[in-house]
Amino acid sequence: MDRARVSWAEARTALEGLPGGRGLNIAHEALDRHAAGPRAGHVAVRWLRRDGAVEHATYAELAQRTARVAGALRGLGVGPGDAVFTLLGRVPEQHLAALGAWRARAVYAPLYAAYGPEPVRERLHRGHGRALVTTLARYRRKVAPIRDQLPGLTHVLLVGTPAGDPPPGTAWFEELVDAAPAEAEIPATDPEAPAVLHFTSGTTGTPKGAVHVHDAVVAHHATAAAAFDLGPDDVFWCTADPGWVTGTSYGIIAPLTHGATSVVDEGDFDARRWWSVLAEQRVTVWYTSPTALRLLRRAGPDLLAGLDLSALRLVASVGEPLDPDLADWASTALGRPVHDTWWQTETGAIVIADQPGHERRPGSMGRPLPGFEVAVLARGPDGRAAVAEDGSVRAVDPGAAGELALRPGWPSMFRAYLGEPERYAACFAGGWYLTGDVVRRDADGWLWFVGRADDVITSAGHLIGPVEVERTLRQHPAVLDAGVVGVPDEVAGEVVTAFVVLRPGEAPTDELVLDVLAFARRHLGPAVAPRRIEVVGELPVTRSGKIVRRLLRARARGQPLGAHPTVEAP
Amino acid sequence: MTGPDDPRLAEARALLAQLLRRIAPEVDLDAVDPDAPIQEELELDSMDFLNLMAALHEATGIEVPERDYPHLGTVNGFVAYVAAASGG
Repeated sequence: MDRARVSWAEARTALEGLPGGRGLNIAHEALDRHAAGPRAGHVAVRWLRRDGAVEHATYAELAQRTARVAGALRGLGVGPGDAVFTLLGRVPEQHLAALGAWRARAVYAPLYAAYGPEPVRERLHRGHGRALVTTLARYRRKVAPIRDQLPGLTHVLLVGTPAGDPPPGTAWFEELVDAAPAEAEIPATDPEAPAVLHFTSGTTGTPKGAVHVHDAVVAHHATAAAAFDLGPDDVFWCTADPGWVTGTSYGIIAPLTHGATSVVDEGDFDARRWWSVLAEQRVTVWYTSPTALRLLRRAGPDLLAGLDLSALRLVASVGEPLDPDLADWASTALGRPVHDTWWQTETGAIVIADQPGHERRPGSMGRPLPGFEVAVLARGPDGRAAVAEDGSVRAVDPGAAGELALRPGWPSMFRAYLGEPERYAACFAGGWYLTGDVVRRDADGWLWFVGRADDVITSAGHLIGPVEVERTLRQHPAVLDAGVVGVPDEVAGEVVTAFVVLRPGEAPTDELVLDVLAFARRHLGPAVAPRRIEVVGELPVTRSGKIVRRLLRARARGQPLGAHPTVEAP
Repeated sequence: MTGPDDPRLAEARALLAQLLRRIAPEVDLDAVDPDAPIQEELELDSMDFLNLMAALHEATGIEVPERDYPHLGTVNGFVAYVAAASGG
């Protein structure tokens, strides 16, 4: 543990801190310290627009523009600790809103653009959203219908070319920023001040708002060096959705703190486009996901012919386990190994990685990065780490499966679940943070992913909480009850599958099932809604009324529910 | 070649509506800009789009190679491509 402390203290020296010892702010480390030095004219971000246009901003330009964003936020009365949400794709304003918010000491809270109105409402409400940056189309579809339920949302800023008067209660982002004074100096910032709010899904209850602080930048910077060997001459492409923690920690922050050039592609996934981005942008470090690699594999090798990938020196993967078959295919296609990384919203930064220059064990997650101490803990009957009456936990022997646990104290550890101190406290036991993932550690210290200890679904790299989906399905007038599970899928890893029980008198027609599907997609959006809905007579439940998702998963794989007792002991 | 009055265009559009009904039943094809990016305009994600390609293959035998996906990226693009492919 002392060694870990020393290591983070060392990592902190790689950053500058606000001038005059006024604390630590992500925006200063990401922009201002480069804009004031020899890297001022270096391209910080290249945005590839959907229509093929390319825009870019140097460190100096991005520092200046985000200073105006901070000025605009201040002009609106959005200040320290206030949440600035985004509901945007991969557009320049995502960077502008994040960095502008940090300069103003506000909290940046990105949402998946694919969310429907219900997940958007829930997160804006629970996150006390003060301002929202989105597009006119998304505002009309997803926010205007629920705006009256969000009295705390005082400002909605619309991205895009201003065209006439914006809808009531909104303003054009561009007009506002153009007219705002540049706030060139970042005010003193406590390293422990909240900076980022990311919602993540659990098995039970509502989504959890994980809070990260400015000090997290120490871990973003150090882990990018350790896992990617990232440096100022790199061209870095992170394909993660900006609504996910990877889109913030490595999509925005880490490449900027290293003075590198980020590539941001607005387009939807398209195999040919992605290969050509790698080649034409001369990407040197590519951070992507198993789902993307599976889609590229599916598209076939023809698209690769004639492409020059010689600039690419490192490929890394995140979001779900990288299976050895896929890793083999990718290594052959790309001509270099794919390095797996493991972390989660709560850790804020990569914790375990197959590090460049280290021995590789295909199929393994790798080993902990410097500064992280991990344990593999024995589990109880509920599948989670067993906690004794005195609060202690017990490590398993090497080779045995157990819950992965981390020693608290790294800079990007989440500091809270917003407004839920008990839920936060429940994540810790015996001096460890419990991750909810089950792993094995071999005798030499390599870690091997086994599965989730809970029922959270991982689909195309998105974590989806079954309860949020079930709750929406139950709101359909014909649905009495619903049980939701993840079912293995060759492209997405898992897909969301729902079992619904209809109200008495409702007939399970094709029409009705499609109506339930439409209802779910309209409220939840395509990323969260089920892909498959099956009508069942009843759901398997424990005596205490909890859905036995294990049995639903078995049914989804083709085993009839009737093969199991419908009611299980709790 | 297909002209504006080609009945195959109308058939292809009806087919798109029929396929989408099972993948994204909330979509109203008449309410969207037929020349806008289909995924954004119809709120489809990449999985939906792949499922649409698979459903097209199942319904018609038309197997769209991945390199042609961008041609099917709008409602009008989809309709023109499918009309042409089913016309041979």
